[in-house]
Amino acid sequence: MSTTIDQAVIPTGTWTADTVHSGLSFEVPYAVATFSGDVPGFQATLTDGVLAGSAQIASLRVKDEALQAHLLSPEFFDAERHPEVSFTSTAIRSEGDRVAIDGDLTIKGVTKPATLEGTITGPAVDHFGATRVGFKLETVIDRREFDINWNMPLPSGEPALSNDVTLKADLTLVGA
Amino acid sequence: MRILAISGALRSGSSNTALLRAAAEEAPAGVELVLWDGLREIPPFDQDDDLVPGPTAVEALRDAVREADAVLFATPEYNSSVPGALKNALDWASRPIATNAFRNKPVAVIGASAGAFGAVWSQAELRKVLGAMGARVAEVEVAVGHATEKLDEQGELIDGTVRQELRDAVATLVTLTLESLAAAAA
Repeated sequence: MSTTIDQAVIPTGTWTADTVHSGLSFEVPYAVATFSGDVPGFQATLTDGVLAGSAQIASLRVKDEALQAHLLSPEFFDAERHPEVSFTSTAIRSEGDRVAIDGDLTIKGVTKPATLEGTITGPAVDHFGATRVGFKLETVIDRREFDINWNMPLPSGEPALSNDVTLKADLTLVGA
Repeated sequence: MRILAISGALRSGSSNTALLRAAAEEAPAGVELVLWDGLREIPPFDQDDDLVPGPTAVEALRDAVREADAVLFATPEYNSSVPGALKNALDWASRPIATNAFRNKPVAVIGASAGAFGAVWSQAELRKVLGAMGARVAEVEVAVGHATEKLDEQGELIDGTVRQELRDAVATLVTLTLESLAAAAA
């Protein structure tokens, strides 16, 4: 078996997220399953090797209206005071198609370092002639570091909601 | 600034209502505490009646909350928890959850009891309920134990330490409310 390592190069220039073909989502263990939702209102750019993005937390979608209201309330994201979440990279490391993107993640007004890990695809020319580069990234945060502390005990006494939350970004960026 | 003051007790000689009257006296200049007296009129919550508009007394409560910049609660403790009448009023006020009158509303909870503990468990449960409703809950606790010893025969609070605690609690709620008003104006 042979292994080929392609040294991926983070493209220079300006790349802007095609948000129709991109997505931000979260997953968090809740009781016996995993609860998930997404945040469709966002923008992201890759500019000369710096990945930056922000999302409007009020656009957060879950499958229950009452739960959405709770998630936007001061107990969770406090969308009134902190309408945006954001990430700005400080360093991008890559090997082959694997990438690790260090940066500053801001949620609920609290900024902490975070590393997004995943893969890069492309750049490649699409069927309309535009050049696209893709990132499939995720990181796990402890939500309590961002002042999101809500919980309720299950009958067993265990907390219902995990503190570890997986954040996912599937980005398609189009070259200028 | 207008703060709506809601007592969880109906009794005319209530120490919790007395606490709110004292808080109104201790409020700083420019801050008006208005005691809400509609609790007795709120019907039992029945989803069949949860229409638009809701029952008159319920709409009056919702309007009073919307017209206030903040809400200060004083709650007794019945069987280790929030009095049923108060919880019932909040269940009405919380509907519909996504747009209810308490959403993002700065609130604070204080309490008094005849016993030693000053309704601390009821206060904690009330904060939990208000948080679930989407209110912005101030980090305030005034727990007045042995409350009857701290009122005179006219039901006026005569304990200087508790009056200072009330001044501090109102000040904390006012600060939180000013932050909200500034955020709303931005």
